[in-house]
Amino acid sequence: MFSYILAILGVAIIGGFAFNRSVALRYTSALENTDMRFHSQSIYYGYLTAWSIAGIGGVICIAGLFLEPFLAKSIFNPLWLFTLILSCIGVTYVCNRLITPEFHARTYVERCIIGSLIALSTLAVLTTLGIIISLLFESLRFFNQVPISEFLFGTQWSPQTALRLDQAGQSGSFGAVSIFSGTLLIMILAMCIAGPIGLMIAIYLSEYASNPMRRIVKPLLEILAGIPPVVYGFFALMTVGPAIHAIADNLGVAASSQSALSAGLVLGLMIIPLVSSLSDDVINAVPQDLRDGSYALGATKSETMKTIIFTAALPGIIGAFLLAISRAIGETMIVVMAAGRAANLTANPFEAVTTVTVQIVTLLTGDQEFDSPKTLAAFSLGLVLFLLTLVLNMIALAIVRKYRERYN
Amino acid sequence: MSSSDVSYSVHNSPAALQRLRKRKAKETRFRMYGRAAIGFAMLSLLWLILSLVSTGYSAFTQNFITLDITFEASVLDPKGENTPEALRRGDYQNIINTALQKRLLQTATQSNNRELLSLVSVSGAAQGLRNRLTQDPTLLGETLTIGVPTSDEVDQFLKGNIKKDTPEIRRKISNAQIIWVETLNKNGQIMSKFNTAFFTGTDSQDAELAGIAGAMIGSLMLLSIAFIIAVPIGIGAAIYLDEFAPKTRWTDMIEININNLAAVPSVIFGLLGLAFFLNFIGLPRSAPLVGGMVLALRAFPTITIATRGALRAVPPSITEGALSVGASHVQAVFHHKLPLAAPGILTGTIISMALILGETAPLLMIGMVAFMTEIPTSILEPATALPVQIFLWSDSAERAWTERTAAAVIILLCILMTMNAFAIWLRYRLEQRR
Repeated sequence: MFSYILAILGVAIIGGFAFNRSVALRYTSALENTDMRFHSQSIYYGYLTAWSIAGIGGVICIAGLFLEPFLAKSIFNPLWLFTLILSCIGVTYVCNRLITPEFHARTYVERCIIGSLIALSTLAVLTTLGIIISLLFESLRFFNQVPISEFLFGTQWSPQTALRLDQAGQSGSFGAVSIFSGTLLIMILAMCIAGPIGLMIAIYLSEYASNPMRRIVKPLLEILAGIPPVVYGFFALMTVGPAIHAIADNLGVAASSQSALSAGLVLGLMIIPLVSSLSDDVINAVPQDLRDGSYALGATKSETMKTIIFTAALPGIIGAFLLAISRAIGETMIVVMAAGRAANLTANPFEAVTTVTVQIVTLLTGDQEFDSPKTLAAFSLGLVLFLLTLVLNMIALAIVRKYRERYN
Repeated sequence: MSSSDVSYSVHNSPAALQRLRKRKAKETRFRMYGRAAIGFAMLSLLWLILSLVSTGYSAFTQNFITLDITFEASVLDPKGENTPEALRRGDYQNIINTALQKRLLQTATQSNNRELLSLVSVSGAAQGLRNRLTQDPTLLGETLTIGVPTSDEVDQFLKGNIKKDTPEIRRKISNAQIIWVETLNKNGQIMSKFNTAFFTGTDSQDAELAGIAGAMIGSLMLLSIAFIIAVPIGIGAAIYLDEFAPKTRWTDMIEININNLAAVPSVIFGLLGLAFFLNFIGLPRSAPLVGGMVLALRAFPTITIATRGALRAVPPSITEGALSVGASHVQAVFHHKLPLAAPGILTGTIISMALILGETAPLLMIGMVAFMTEIPTSILEPATALPVQIFLWSDSAERAWTERTAAAVIILLCILMTMNAFAIWLRYRLEQRR
């Protein structure tokens, strides 16, 4: 049924456009040898018709969709389709009457265009609003059942027992500290890899590398950046985890094959391109004057880099690192596949730990009922994650923007 | 300056030379760090690709046992009805078993019959024979030489992924089976063919029958829906912000918002989809429609940012020229600026589509993790996607599954690289023209 409606609307829009445009063309050519001129080109009368049909048809369809649940019988019946067709023809007729030399068709069409552009950009705000409202709403329901202090400061995490709500003392425990610590551990491991390596790659590419080398390395880094997380996760699970297990065994350290180390390493590998491309931009934005001044005083390249450029670029580099940290915290698939699922309060990278994102996935996949604290807990974790990354991103973007303003 | 070191100056005294050497060594070391960092990244990429290819390449072939299969009428159609339904019900397992026994000169005993039959992929082979016979009922009573797919354990053994010297308890293929397989192999009755099932099949309980076609169709649906939704939003918002928006608090907020949305973790979009699209609006779970909408929300900020970059790169003289000959602002933007920015916009769009093609976490949130054995036909039916399929398969530890997971990853990466290479090529051409 829905495809019929779309087809009818499509035919009406194209038909109305073509009809009114040809009418306007005829009128225009009839006026050719007189003093009168049309305000707009003929095609704008066609556009106006198309916009009006699309607008009114869209309103009718959306109204039908909203009304349908409240009516006894389905609203999308032949009679309704007939109404739709009739209103399309009506709109075409009204627009046809408007084809006069004085009518400013282009002005109206342009207003329609700008109006729809505003509507589209408002959707961006609505998305954020939707995220905040849905997370906040579900989290509040969660905090009605579990006190917020227990959630933020408790160390016991065992949401699975919450399935049996009727039993006293079986409501599960939702202390998320061990989850936060696991997230922190993996983030730190990842940044230990991605921070120095990404930064060194950026420095080398912007200050030392020859053009051919840059032309080879940059696309390869883009490939690294373009590999989806689930592939990195599979790599961590299949190759890196067992390798670390084997190495740790040889060293006499106990390591499970799902460890914070393998997840952190692979996560670090994934965000190397992010750090390097952001730092590259920042380093390139440092004015050449500063470099030249330093060279003139006799400093070597590395000394210039370390003392002058690094200092000048520091705010931007910090911004890049903050963005990378926010990415590391929010990354899901690698940790789901490689880090483990059980909450574990430890700083030992060879043990399996869990993270906020892993718990969100674990709590929400599989059978679920929407009122149990178990599923609601996922939304609270999501809220924490969202706020954390939001703050990090805000600070990072503000720093980077301010930094750019300083040198541009 | 004393007369003894008259030839020394501040710059060439032994101490100064010593300092210079130190500084030069430092310089060299710093350079080495840079090279090492690049080397680490490149080697990791190499390691990743090599480990995927070495694990996954063998999944593109599948071993078949050639059997002389007799479509015995007394077994397949005992009542002599000769209707399609009757032929469909026939005991195909039985005729495969008979053919295997004949081939291996084995008489069936209660104990080894099962082992014998599990040399081949029973359900896959039976399905193949059933299709063949129902398509051409005249085959009843005939004998054909047919390649029957081996079971995943035998397949892995033939590919060398299961070693003969592993203790029998620790492998899933028994000693007797190994002897049979080796006999068949020696007689040239095992052949390795391109694994078409992997490209035409859907998810399955049996590794040897599992394929990615269903997941590919699901991914295609997701991508189309996300494209239809994200491109107008992304480009429209960018045009408005860059060209028409007055500098107010509201437009500042939209701008900050979009930059932030591009960095919000993808799993959060999944939570939004779950709470809003599924629970509030009540759209069906696991459907590509919902997945596409969630991925569109994930993709459009990237498109907006790329479009704004492309619009800014168009020289202002273009707009000014259009305005000066009497075009309206909208005309100047849509007729003159946008066509010049189009390659940049296209590049950004392709990259954002590649981004969401690999996206997994939000799809897990809206339940696209179902075990799907049919190719989805509508955007409202449950479906799965290629990255989710990879995630699901990666859970199984058996070698046959690992191999197929790696093969699916290789295919995903090939698609992504084609998309990215196209985008890079487009951008390169754009830079050339400037």
